[in-house]
Amino acid sequence: MDTFVQQLINGLNIGAIYALIALGYTMVYGILRLINFAHGDVYMVGAFAGYFLAHQFALAANPTAGGLAIVMLGSMIIAALVGMSIERFAYRPVRKYSRMTTLIMAIGVSLLIENLFVAQIGAAPRAFPDFLGSQSEPPFQLFGNAAISKAQIVIFAVSLGLMLLLQWVVYRTKVGTAMRAVSFNLNSAKLMGINTDAIIALTFAIGSALAAAAGILTAQYNPNIDPLMGILTGLKAFVAAVLGGIGNIPGAVLGGLLIGAAETFVVGYGQSIGIASTYRDAVAFAILILVLLLRPSGLLGSTVQEKV
Amino acid sequence: MKRILISLWLVVTLVISFGCERRGVDGTDGDSGPVRVGYYGDLTGATSSFGQSTKNGVDMAADEINKSGGINGRQIEIITEDDQGEPNKAATVVTKLINQDRVHALLGEVASSNTLAAAPKAQESRVPMITPSSTNPAVTQVGDYIFRVCFIDPFQGEVMAKFAANNLKAKRAAILYDFNSDYSRGLQQFFKKSFTALGGAVVEEKSYTQGDRDFSGQLTAIRSANPDVIYVPGYYGQVGVIANQTRQLGIKAPLLGGDGWDAPQLWELGGDALNGSYISNHYSVDDPSPSIQKFVADYRARYNVVPDALAALGYDAMKVLADAIRRAGTTDRQKLRDAIAQTKDFAGVTGLITINTERNAVKPAVVLRLASSRFVYETTIYPEGMAPPAGSPTGD
Repeated sequence: MDTFVQQLINGLNIGAIYALIALGYTMVYGILRLINFAHGDVYMVGAFAGYFLAHQFALAANPTAGGLAIVMLGSMIIAALVGMSIERFAYRPVRKYSRMTTLIMAIGVSLLIENLFVAQIGAAPRAFPDFLGSQSEPPFQLFGNAAISKAQIVIFAVSLGLMLLLQWVVYRTKVGTAMRAVSFNLNSAKLMGINTDAIIALTFAIGSALAAAAGILTAQYNPNIDPLMGILTGLKAFVAAVLGGIGNIPGAVLGGLLIGAAETFVVGYGQSIGIASTYRDAVAFAILILVLLLRPSGLLGSTVQEKV
Repeated sequence: MKRILISLWLVVTLVISFGCERRGVDGTDGDSGPVRVGYYGDLTGATSSFGQSTKNGVDMAADEINKSGGINGRQIEIITEDDQGEPNKAATVVTKLINQDRVHALLGEVASSNTLAAAPKAQESRVPMITPSSTNPAVTQVGDYIFRVCFIDPFQGEVMAKFAANNLKAKRAAILYDFNSDYSRGLQQFFKKSFTALGGAVVEEKSYTQGDRDFSGQLTAIRSANPDVIYVPGYYGQVGVIANQTRQLGIKAPLLGGDGWDAPQLWELGGDALNGSYISNHYSVDDPSPSIQKFVADYRARYNVVPDALAALGYDAMKVLADAIRRAGTTDRQKLRDAIAQTKDFAGVTGLITINTERNAVKPAVVLRLASSRFVYETTIYPEGMAPPAGSPTGD
């Protein structure tokens, strides 16, 4: 039983990370009908922004929880700017062409960011500073063998907080109303006097900031960061968004948690039913295929032409 | 018209430059002119610490030889290529080194998967290749032009199994290995075989792949099997993180590993979580023997870091190659191959190197303990039939 609970904690922990990234995919898709393939790389940029901030301001030498908060906030701002620049300089100029053009542009931007980072700083893994001291501290025992580490608690708490904040922004503020209006119909929203370009830019900013937060949080649990870290994680978060119903915000969170848990259970229990632990990545994509075949609109998505 | 002129100019310059290069190469082929040695390794990829250290060792050895007059009066010229740690790129750059740079011999790689991709190219063209540190047995089975100056994984796996069973008195072992790495899978098999032969039991086996960023699922399953030791025959990038997550799950069993852990980045990624782990390796910087201490001092003076085992093996590989060329008196490929094969009791930094009939080096291994960001010498384990030399606890 304690092993099961432990695996559940592990799974939901990765799931929370996927969920934060999936939100960015889903919000952009909701508004532009664009799968922003560069989103996984924004997550990577966020982690590296945090890494360089920590070293720049000497926060790495004397790591504290306060330092983590500063680094996270800083990298969220940087990632938001990166996300907005990608939208402004890569997607906006081609928005008037077919959706395929934007999609190809997204793939191009993704490859550009990855290779730019490899060329500039090298593909060798770097160690993100351990702000929470969870490398040396023993975890908190729950019952039996089940335990939860400081890093895991912080991941759950921060991601939950950010998700509630997003929910509040989208449903309780004027900007959120504008975002929903744009996602419902871009042209009508424009006629109603909404500055659609600004709203789209803001959507990219919010999504990118969430991805950066995910990057910093993962790095507290897994200090190994490298320029290609966003590829697989980004793809899985994308699957999570599709599973939950792309364009649907609660769906992205649900999808993220489900993918994270499914993956961990395959690793933990797969062998007893003949699935090697190496199938963890295959599982996410098997889920993607099943969802597309059986319920293309996802778990929480509706089949009508409605977005967000 | 302009376009035609430009293309004409391009064609002419290309023809001229190729012509010159080919002539120059043909002119120096044989027994005069510099000895061209091709080095390929991962200089920018995920295992770039390996490639960089090996290159440092190779460069240092070549410089030493050149400063003392070269090999039979010929200077060594190292031509370096980066394979970014990817097998297909390793094959490409080795093809380039053979066909374009016309190297006389090749040195590289560290990771067995990359060497295995490149070795067939060297074998086809009959260019002798020495891998400093690829330990998977299949590497030298590619053909009779492929050699190595390190021990092989059946021995390395056996060393850790012996150490776990005899020194740590472990009865139950769990294994966590990299599924896509020839190196890691080899060690997993050989450790398991030796450990069960010594009366121990492998109670849980889990795998991961290089892209994995989370190991808690595997480690939780391992925890519930309650092992005495956990064998993690991986590379430093993942191992540091695995150590971290092992301790975050409250697992106290020591981690055991191989030479793939040996990189400065290991400490940054794993920190204090690594304390109390053990690895098998090719040599120890703590070894008091004068030849090792001179190498360590020279290396520190030159690169300002302590040389890891990969640097020492790169250094030895270059020296073994130079010794073979000196004995052969030529860089003729066939004669050079034969001379490398006849290497016997060559005194390298990593021990006495004798190339056996399978073109592998037979050498003892050291076991190192990890404590406060340092590898501390623990013991030396000798292969079957090799007796520890009298009066030398570390085998030199």
